Amino acid sequence: MTGLRYVYAVCHPLGAPLQADLSGVAGDPPRLLTHRGLIAVVSHVPERDFAEEPLRRRLEDLDWLTETARAHQQVIDALTAVTTPLPLRLATVFRDDSGVRVMMEEREEDFRRVLERLAGRVEWGVKVYVEPEAQEPEAAVTKPASGRDYLMQRRRKAQAQDDTWQRAERFAGSLHETLSAHAEDSRLHPPQNSALSKASGQNVLNAAYLVPRADSEEFVEMVDRTKGEESGMRVELTGPWAAYSFVESAGEPGEGA
Amino acid sequence: MTVVERREVALVDLLDRLLAGGVVITGDITLRIADVDLVRIDLNALISSVNEQVPSPWGESL
Repeated sequence: MTGLRYVYAVCHPLGAPLQADLSGVAGDPPRLLTHRGLIAVVSHVPERDFAEEPLRRRLEDLDWLTETARAHQQVIDALTAVTTPLPLRLATVFRDDSGVRVMMEEREEDFRRVLERLAGRVEWGVKVYVEPEAQEPEAAVTKPASGRDYLMQRRRKAQAQDDTWQRAERFAGSLHETLSAHAEDSRLHPPQNSALSKASGQNVLNAAYLVPRADSEEFVEMVDRTKGEESGMRVELTGPWAAYSFVESAGEPGEGA
Repeated sequence: MTVVERREVALVDLLDRLLAGGVVITGDITLRIADVDLVRIDLNALISSVNEQVPSPWGESL
């Protein structure tokens, strides 16, 4: 058994097998490592990419990062279909199986506690964008006839933009309040940079909600109903995700969110 | 759950979860990408927006 150990998640023993054709990070099918009644889901990965130094360089290579993140997510998705996994952060790597076992033993109590809290729950992502048109409310401005006209136009335009942002803030705030009331827990992520997301418009809400699987259909319908409710605002839903945004208390003290 | 059509997940949504969420564990091969600012990730596209004030995503090296 050569290579390093890449750990995706910790979970309870699976009730059903993982899908057979799963390829995993670095093309290595995920394996189940059982330790004291908990399972670590692990791939064997090469040192040339995953040892500390190469990994730092690799993570700054967007193509490699994309490929790795997608492979990681595929495994988590497959796990989510058969259990409630406790997902670890991208690129958590150990030297060998015994390193993984030591970690599981050290964290056993936290893992069990958080797994119990998350059991049967999924995460939904909801984002609100201000559409580009709403940010430029007076695209067809007539040529000002005088300096005074010009100043008035400028003032109106600034006023309209202020109104749009206030409206966006109110809409996002009230949506978040409504959805939080129908979720067990919620987290606000920083709004996404549009240069990175390549999404149109300005992201003003980027939230995650922890929702029991059984209530998810209702939650999704509630989000759907808000689409088109407020002109110039776009609501986007992603998920169901494994509960990535709700695992803090399983992490190391003083680290992470 | 049949309600949502599954499109390919956007990379930025994925990174919001994989780099900012998930249990942080210091493995033997230590990684402290706990607080990676996404802006630092897309070095090719956004190198100019990364400046000295953005702390290193690696923290102190262990």
